[in-house]
This record gives sequence, C-alpha cells and structure tokens, in this order.
Amino acid sequence: MNADHLTGAARPVARPRFSASADWIGLAAVLAAAGAGYLLFPDNLALLTRIIGIIMLVLSLDLVTGFCGVATLGHAALFGAGAYGAGIAAAHFGISDPVAMIAAGSAGGALAGLLSGSVILRGHGLGQLVLSIAIVNLFHEAANKAAGWTGGSDGLTDIAPTPLFGVFAFDLWGHTAYALGVALLLIVLFLLQRLARSPFGMLCRGIRQDPIRVAAMGAPVSKTLLAMYVVSGLVAGVGGGLNAISTQVVGLDSVSFTLSASALVMLVLGGTGSLYGAIVGTVVFMLFEDFVSAANPFHWLTIVGALLVLVVLFAPRGIFGTSVRLLERSRRR
Amino acid sequence: MTPVFEVERLTRSFGGLAVTQAVSLTMVPGDRVALIGPNGAGKTTFVNLVTGHLKPDSGVVRLAGEELGGMSPMQRVRRGLVRSFQVTRLFPEMTPREHLALAILQRQGRTGRMFGTFWTMPDVLKESGALLATLGLESAADRKVAEIAYGQQRLLEIAFALALRPKVLLLDEPAAGVPQSETPRIDAALAGLPADLAVLMIEHDMDLVFRFARRVIVLAAGRIIFDGTPGDAAKDRRVREAYLGSYADDRGAA
Amino acid sequence: MQSVLSVAVDALAYGMVLFVISIGLSLTMGLMRVVNLAHGAFAMVGGYLASYAMRDLGLGYVVGLGLAVAGTVVIAAPIERLLYRRIYNAPELIQVLMTIGITFCVIGIANYTFGSTLKTISLPGLLSGPVDLGFRSIAAHKLFAILCGFAVAAALWYLVERTSFGVKLRASVDNTPMAAALGVRTKSVYAASFAVSAGLAAFGGVVGAELLPIEPYYALRYMVTFLVVVAVGGAGSIGGALLACLVLGAVDTAGRYLMPDYGEFFFYLAVILIVCAFPRGLLGRA
Repeated sequence: MNADHLTGAARPVARPRFSASADWIGLAAVLAAAGAGYLLFPDNLALLTRIIGIIMLVLSLDLVTGFCGVATLGHAALFGAGAYGAGIAAAHFGISDPVAMIAAGSAGGALAGLLSGSVILRGHGLGQLVLSIAIVNLFHEAANKAAGWTGGSDGLTDIAPTPLFGVFAFDLWGHTAYALGVALLLIVLFLLQRLARSPFGMLCRGIRQDPIRVAAMGAPVSKTLLAMYVVSGLVAGVGGGLNAISTQVVGLDSVSFTLSASALVMLVLGGTGSLYGAIVGTVVFMLFEDFVSAANPFHWLTIVGALLVLVVLFAPRGIFGTSVRLLERSRRR
Repeated sequence: MTPVFEVERLTRSFGGLAVTQAVSLTMVPGDRVALIGPNGAGKTTFVNLVTGHLKPDSGVVRLAGEELGGMSPMQRVRRGLVRSFQVTRLFPEMTPREHLALAILQRQGRTGRMFGTFWTMPDVLKESGALLATLGLESAADRKVAEIAYGQQRLLEIAFALALRPKVLLLDEPAAGVPQSETPRIDAALAGLPADLAVLMIEHDMDLVFRFARRVIVLAAGRIIFDGTPGDAAKDRRVREAYLGSYADDRGAA
Repeated sequence: MQSVLSVAVDALAYGMVLFVISIGLSLTMGLMRVVNLAHGAFAMVGGYLASYAMRDLGLGYVVGLGLAVAGTVVIAAPIERLLYRRIYNAPELIQVLMTIGITFCVIGIANYTFGSTLKTISLPGLLSGPVDLGFRSIAAHKLFAILCGFAVAAALWYLVERTSFGVKLRASVDNTPMAAALGVRTKSVYAASFAVSAGLAAFGGVVGAELLPIEPYYALRYMVTFLVVVAVGGAGSIGGALLACLVLGAVDTAGRYLMPDYGEFFFYLAVILIVCAFPRGLLGRA
C-alpha cells in the first residue's frame, strides 16, 4: 500500500489503466472469437448472427444500466424498433440495401430510445421499473395492432435485402450476414470504447455513482441520461436491423418483456459497466440456451434461475468482472 | 468594492414556523465569512434557499448583481454559486484526477463530448494537476476515491468545488469528521483559497471559525442576531446566551 | 344496461383477485423495500397445492384452500431466511435479478412436478352455479372472489391498525433502526410479514384460479400485473392497493370488452399516465 503511494507520487502523470492498447486487444479478441465461432459452428451461422444482434441489445442495455445505473426491464423496445425500422423500410418502402436498412434500424432504435427514455426517466425505483415494463408492453401491443405495417402476430415478411455493396449476396448459409454482423460489432465496440472514456461517458458514470453531486456541479442529469438513451437506441437499433436482415422476418417477440428480461439477465451474468461483460454474458447465455433448451425448455429455466441466484449471491460482478478481479489479484501476488 | 453576493430579507416558513426570517447579508470578493448558530437555527434552510433547492416566501438573492430568483440550482452553479457538502459526496469509483477533470470539463461546457478523453487534453491535465498540487493531493491523484483517506476526501471536496471556478463558495462544515491530526491540512487548504473568492463557511467547530473567518454571522431561530468580527462575537452577550455560552465558559476555564 | 353491469361485475371480481394477491407484495415492499418479482410464484404454488390436494388427494375445497395457504407459507419461510434476507438492503437491480431467478426456478420445478397442462381447481357446488341477486344473476365464484377481497382488506386493516403486531409493523415501516432500538425484533417482523404476504398470495392464487388459470408460466405472465398494482397504488398502502386494483381492473376489463383488438394497450397506457402523474403511487407516502 505504502509502496504504491510512493511510486504513484514519483510518476509524472499516470496513464489510465485501460489505455488504447487494451482497446485494440479487446477488438482483436472479439475478432478471434468470431473466427473461432465460424470454424466451430459452420452450419449454424444463423445462430451466431442472431447472437451478435442480441449482443448489440445487451451492449445498449449496458450503456443505460451499467454506465448510468438505470434499471430497466423494457429495453427490447429499442431493439424491436430497430428491427421493425429496418423491416418496414424494406417491405414497405423498397429500401433493401443492407447498409440503408441498418441506418433505418438505428434511426428507429434512436427514436424509440428518445421516447422510452423520456417516459422511464420520469420514475424512480419501483415506478421506474414499472414504467419500463409498461413501455415495452405498449410497444408490443402497438406493433400487434398495426398489423398493416408490422404483420402483427404473423410477423413482418417480404424482407429481401439486396447484395451487400452490390457484390455479396445474402446466401442460404448466412456467410454474408455473419460477416456483416461481425463487422458491425467491431465498429460499434470501437465507438463505444471511445464513448466510455469520453467526458460524456465520465459524466454518465458520475450520475450512476451520485446524481445529486453531478447536479451540484451544474451538469444536467436528466438531459444527459436522455442523450445516453438515444445513443443506446442507436446501438440496439443496429442489432435489430441486423436481425431483420439475417432472418428476413421480424416477429413480435423482438419487442417483448421476455426479451427485455433476458437481456438484463445476460448483462448481469456477464458483468455490468465494462462492455465486454455484455458480450461474454450474451454468448454464454445464448449458446447454453441453445444446447439445453433443445432438450427441455423448463430445465433451461430452472438452470438459468439457479445460476442467477448464485451470481447475485457469490459473483455480483458477473463472469467478466469476477474473472478480471481474480486475474488482478493473482498478478499482485 | 462592489458586492458579489447579496441576500435581502430572505424569508421562508414551514407551516407557520418561520425558519428563515428576513435574513440579509452582503459579501464582497475576498470575504471570509462564517455562518454559525445552534442546531435548528436555520443554517441548512438558508443554504437550500440560496442554492435554489427551496423556494423562499419572499426576499432576493443576487450574484454579481444578477438576481437568482427563479433560476434552477443548476443555473446558479453555472453562474458561479458553488457549494461543498457536509457529508462527503464524491464518486467512489473515480480518482481525484478524474473528479477535477470532470469539473473542469463541466465548467468549459465540454461534458457533452462523446469522443476524446481528458488524458489527451493538455489544458485540462495541467489545470487539474495544479489543483491537485495546491491541495497536496498528488500522492492520491490516481487512486479510487473509495480507497483514499477521509481527510483527503475532504480536501478533494474543496478542490472539486474550486475546479468550477466559483465567484461565491459555500463551504458546509469542511472539517466535519476529519481526525484532529489532519485538521492542519484542511486549515492550509482554506488559507490557500483564491484571494478574490468570496467564501461563506457554515461551521460548528468554533476553533476553525476563529482561525478562518474575518467576519462572523450568528443565526438563531431563523434571524441574524450578530454580524461582526470574531472577537466581538465572543464578547457579545446575546451571542453567548444563544450559542457560545458553554463554549466561552469552557475556554475561560481552560 | 345489462352488459354495463356484467362488465362492472367482471371488473370488480378481477380487481379483487388482483388485490388479494398483490396486497402482500405491497406490504412487504413498503416494509422491506425489496422488489419481489417472485410474488406471483407464491400465488402459483398455492394454486398447484390446492389443485393437488383436491384432485389427487380428494380433499374438499375449504381444506384444500387451507392446505395451499399453509403449504406455501412453509415453502416461503426458508426462502426468506436463506435468500431474501441477504438482499433487503441491496440495490434494486440485484433484487430484481435474484427474484427473477427464484421465479424461473419455481416455473421449472412446477412444470417438472405437475406437467405443463392447465390445472383446474374444481369449485364446490355452492360456488359453481349462478347466484340470483333479484334483478339479475352473477356467477357465484365471482361473487366469492369479491367477498374474499373485501374480507382480506378488512382483516388486514384490523391487523395493521388494531393489533400489537400492527404497531410493530408500522413502526418498522416508518423507521427500521428506530423500531429496533425500541426493542422491536425487526427480523421477526420481517419474517412474519413475508409469511403473511406469501400466504395471502397463495389464498389469492386459489380463489382467483377461475380468472387467472394455474399453469407453469403463471408466475411470469402475471408478475408484471402485480408489480403494476403496487406501483400504481403506492407501496405499503392498503387503501392505495385497493384503489389501484379497482381502477386497473376497470381499465383492463373495459378495454377487453370495448376494444378487444387493442389487447392491453390501454391498460399499459393508463399505467404510464398514472405512474408519471403520481410517482409514489395513488396513495403512497411522500
């Protein structure tokens, strides 16, 4: 302890612990994992692409829950709005270029973020949680009712994206969609790493730790949170758009309470506030789900339930957070 | 000198009980004023009325000639009326350097930026480094606030407020909870406050008040009963009766 | 006229079932400040136990109801001791996740033990027919649910306002450390309140089984509804919960009759408007 103290004083200006090189290592690790996934599950690229879409949802949830401390059980509203945004652009407006569809998806997500953020941020505690549930259910019922636009409970079909950059067609095996997904994930992660270290990201973390203190230094708390909700919507919207492109159908389940709750479970399983926790949690959860629920969906629920209780009791930092901690400890010894 | 902070007949009552009654005071740049009074005298209410967390029934607050009535607490802070907290309110997972960088960026209106980091902004690094040096916080600069000593947290509380470059600083019991051995450092920090800054300190610790303040205002039952030098305050009979009694006697005995 | 009346009776019956199940949640949330998403799971456990007692053991309705309530309390008590006690002061997110976890486990186990089919709780002759009120007749089980709701409200009011347990309870709600300093064993008060809450949930689960049918996903399907009742009524307020149930029951039932293809759209719209207008609930303490 004392030695730390002295060396700290001797250094001119210490660089932050997570420096730019750590960011590049993280991106490389994600790319390597994507490559490994491709080699391990060549016949199941559709699942992998779906996982990437959900990772975007969970990353987007990490922005409001992990960085800002807003507990929400309604985040699928942002993801679903992105999916419907991209799907409706393709099915009703003939915008079938995949890049344009992703843009439409993130626009839809951002709009949903603005809308649900301005509702959810009005509440506190239980009220906030209930508002978040109410908003995702409201979106769900609205999507169901507006069947002319959304296909209602049958799902929105007639989504036929044109080849990516006019060259790479979306094939039956899902190669193009997977490559697009990996590329989008890397871009999103690169940008979010920067966001996390930016003045805005610092302010958000300050709000999570003590909103009254942030207000006392003259910073706008609710405006900042709302801005983060819009950013979060952009990210979730990209994930929703990706999902619409790769499955070529958008269902009501993409704006459901169940998906919202699952996303929260994945985030906490992986660990909040680090971005990587969101990725780890989603991958572990979804691969596990795919294996176990194929056998028996109810056993899957029991296992997830027990896992959640155990994580809360013994590893509240989640898989990623706890591993980082253990690693740091073993290094110190 | 033109006054930087004026309070005129500020009044507020709760359900018929007047907690603040026609309180007036004026401060010029460089003032070192202590606001004291027994428990329940209305000090906290006064602070909340000034910072905009409570609405007065009547009365005016002016900062550098500008009326603050109707402004939100946030707008008042931005105009230069900054407070510190009696119970330390810092961000436990951030380092002192990050605290100061955040405050500086906030003052410059740059906290909305979603790209870049203060580590690559030379002006922010320089200013925060200077503040850390002034307050003797360099050794703790890059450790999480939750891990540094309480005395250092109190110093950071002051540095954090200074980083906003206030015109008027309300210091709410800056030495509260600090062990005796560390009070000299708080004293030094207070002595080193910018010369042109007007400081209003709300304090219980009479020794600190006598060391720091050049002027003392005594609040009792929501009214100002004394406004003058610390020496006169100690001699004033009304003040002794309302508040200082036991303290002055203790001193005499010692 | 006829249809207006029948909608009103349905709304009242639905609202009262919601009240019986949710009031325990509201009280424990007001007292322990724990967001308990597993509350519906206890109602479901009660329903399963009653159905098992009546169909497989051949017991009568009243005995089955009693066994269901007692059995649920017996199941809930160790869960409180082992799990809930650790999260009473935890951040909301932690509470949400732990109680979602418990809910998932209960669903999985219920399905494994009782199967995925809908469980009926056969009503005794007295409750299965219509009751003639003179000007019209209504289903006896709905009338029974309404009466149960008022009985529970009255009994709880008596418990909280007129008994020594109620005094300790209110003291603990207002200021737990102070109550503890005055000699109230707050841990016991917590445990007792949790037991009462789980028992009431089970009671509501059985009485309301005709309106909220018992199946494994019950705990997830109505989780939100019960939470909404507490948020709208204000945690810890009996009157608030009653008012919330009547309002929400009316909105939901009217919506279903008048605009069936909008689903629960208006229900959730009402929730958003109420919670935004009354952030602490209709009758919540400030």
